[in-house]
Amino acid sequence: MARHARKTRIDWILFVVLLAGTLATCGPFAWMLATSIKPGNEVFVFPPTLLTGQPQLHNFMRLFGTIPFGRSLVNSLIVCLSITLAQLIVCSMAAYAFACLTFRGRETLFLIYLAALMVPSQVTLIPNFILVRNLGWIDTYQGMILPFAFSSFGTFLLRQYFMTIPRELLEAARLDGCKHWRIYVWIVLPLSRPALGALAIFAFVSQWNNFLWPLIVTTRPEMQTVTVALSTLQGQYNTDWPLLMTGSVLAVAPVLIVFILGNRAFIAGLTGGGFGGR
Amino acid sequence: MAARSKLWRRDTQAAWLFLLPSLVLFIMFIAIPVIAAFMISFTEWDLFNPMKFVGFGNYTKLFNDDIFKKVMGNTAYFVLASVPLQMAFGLAIALVLNRNIKGQTFFRIAYFLPVVTSTVAAALVWSWLFNSNFGIINALLQMAGVTNPPKWLASTKWAMPAVIVVSVWQNVGYAMVLFLAGLQNIRTDIYDAAALDSARGWKRLWFITLPMLSPTTFFVLIISIIGSFQVFELVFIMTKAGPANATNTLVYYIYQNGFQFYQMGYASAAAMILFAIVLVATLIQYRMQDRWVHYG
Repeated sequence: MARHARKTRIDWILFVVLLAGTLATCGPFAWMLATSIKPGNEVFVFPPTLLTGQPQLHNFMRLFGTIPFGRSLVNSLIVCLSITLAQLIVCSMAAYAFACLTFRGRETLFLIYLAALMVPSQVTLIPNFILVRNLGWIDTYQGMILPFAFSSFGTFLLRQYFMTIPRELLEAARLDGCKHWRIYVWIVLPLSRPALGALAIFAFVSQWNNFLWPLIVTTRPEMQTVTVALSTLQGQYNTDWPLLMTGSVLAVAPVLIVFILGNRAFIAGLTGGGFGGR
Repeated sequence: MAARSKLWRRDTQAAWLFLLPSLVLFIMFIAIPVIAAFMISFTEWDLFNPMKFVGFGNYTKLFNDDIFKKVMGNTAYFVLASVPLQMAFGLAIALVLNRNIKGQTFFRIAYFLPVVTSTVAAALVWSWLFNSNFGIINALLQMAGVTNPPKWLASTKWAMPAVIVVSVWQNVGYAMVLFLAGLQNIRTDIYDAAALDSARGWKRLWFITLPMLSPTTFFVLIISIIGSFQVFELVFIMTKAGPANATNTLVYYIYQNGFQFYQMGYASAAAMILFAIVLVATLIQYRMQDRWVHYG
C-alpha cells in the first residue's frame, strides 16, 4: 500500500515536470501567435507584453493584400496534394509488384530501391537542378512535383503492409479469373487504408515543410511555396516581427491541423509501420 | 508445368507494368543524378561555360580550404552537441510516458508538434525569441539578473549554441516517439521475472530497460547523426552561416558554392563528402542491427 502511494506521488511529480516541458515545446507557437496580433510598435517595448491590449488583424490583411502570400499558400497546397497523390499511386503500384507478384529480379530491385534511402537529397540536388533547368521547368509546378513523385520510403512502408494481407484472398481472386489491376484496385488498396493514410499524411507534411528544392527551382514570387515565401519575407521585412510571425502562423497552421487530426497514423508510419497490433 | 510457367510469365509482365512509373521516376531523379553528382565532382563547371575535367582537383582543394575546415568543425560541433541532447531528453520523456501517466496522448502530441513544424517557420520564431534587443529570452535573462546577456545570433560564440537549442527543440519529439516504440516492444515477462528478483526503480531501469532498449538507442543515434549532418534551414534562416562563418555547416556550404557562387563541381565534391558520411553511418547501423547485444 505504501509503495502504491509512493508511485502515485512520483507520477504526480513527473506529470508536473512534463507539463512544464510542454511550455518549452509549445511556448514558441504561443509567442508566434501573440506577436502576430500585436501592433507594430508594441514589439519594441521592454519588458515585452505577453498579450497585447489591442489585438488586431492588420498583419493578416497586409499579408493577403500587398504581398502575394495567399498565392504561396495555394502553390504549396497544389504542390503538396499533387505529390501526395502521386506517391500514393506510384508507391502502391510498386509495392503491389513487390508484395503480391513473383518475377525475376524482385529481391534485387527491392534492395536497389531501399538503397536509395541512404542517398541524402542534397547529393542529387545539383544534377536534379540541372535536369529541371534543361527541361525548362524552373518556375513550374511539374518541376516541384515530379522529383518527389516517387518515394523509396513510401514503397517500403506499403510493401510491408501489403505483405500482411492474407495470401488466400489474393489467390482466390486469381482463381476466379480476376486480373491484377482489379485485385490491386478492389482488394489490396481498400484493405490498406491505414497504411495509405499514414503515407499520405507523412508525404503531405514533409512536402509542406520542404524548403531547399522549391527555393532553388523558383525565381518568380508567384511560384514560391509557403516556406520560400516566408524566407523572402524575412529578407524584405527584416525587423517587422509581427508580419514575420503572421506568415509563420499561416505556414504552420495547416500542418498542425493535419497532424493533430491524423497523429496516430503519422506516428505509426514513422516508427516503421507498426499499425496497432499488426 | 506448362500452365504454371504461363501463369508465371503473366505475373512477370504485370509486375513490370506495375513497376513502370516508379522505375521511370527512380532512374530519372535518383539513379542518374547520383551518378551525375559523382561525375560532376571531378569537374569545374559554372553552368554557363563548358565543363572542365579536373580529376581530384576539387577534393584536394576542399582539404586545403580553410573555410571548409571551419565548416567541418562547425558541423561536428553541431552534431556532437545536438545529438546527445535530443536523445537524452527524448529518452527521459519516453520513459516517463511509458509509465502510463495521465494525459499520455496529450503529451505525445505536445512534444511532437515541433517535429512536424516547418523548420523555416520554427527558425523564424526562434530568431525572434533570441533577438538580442527585444527578444523574450534576453528579457527573461535580464529579469533573472543577468546584466549582460549574450548577443546570440550576432555573436560568433553564441550563434551556434542558439542554433543547437532550436535543433534540439525540434527533434526531441522524434527521438521520444522512437524510444516509446522501443519501450513498448520490451516483453513484459522480463519485468515480471525481474519483479520476482525484486529489481525495482533505478536498478530495473539500469539493468533491464536500458540494455533491452539498446537496439532502439543505437537506431536513434544513427538516425539523429544522419539528420544532424544535414542541418540547413536553421542556418539559412537564423544566421545565413554568420557571423564570420561561425555557423556555416556542410549542407549550407554545398548550397553556397552551388547556388550562390555557381561552382557546381566544387559543391558536388562537398556533397560527396556528405554522402560518404551518411553511407558509413548507415552501413554501421546495418551491420550492427543483428548483432546488437541485449542481455535477454
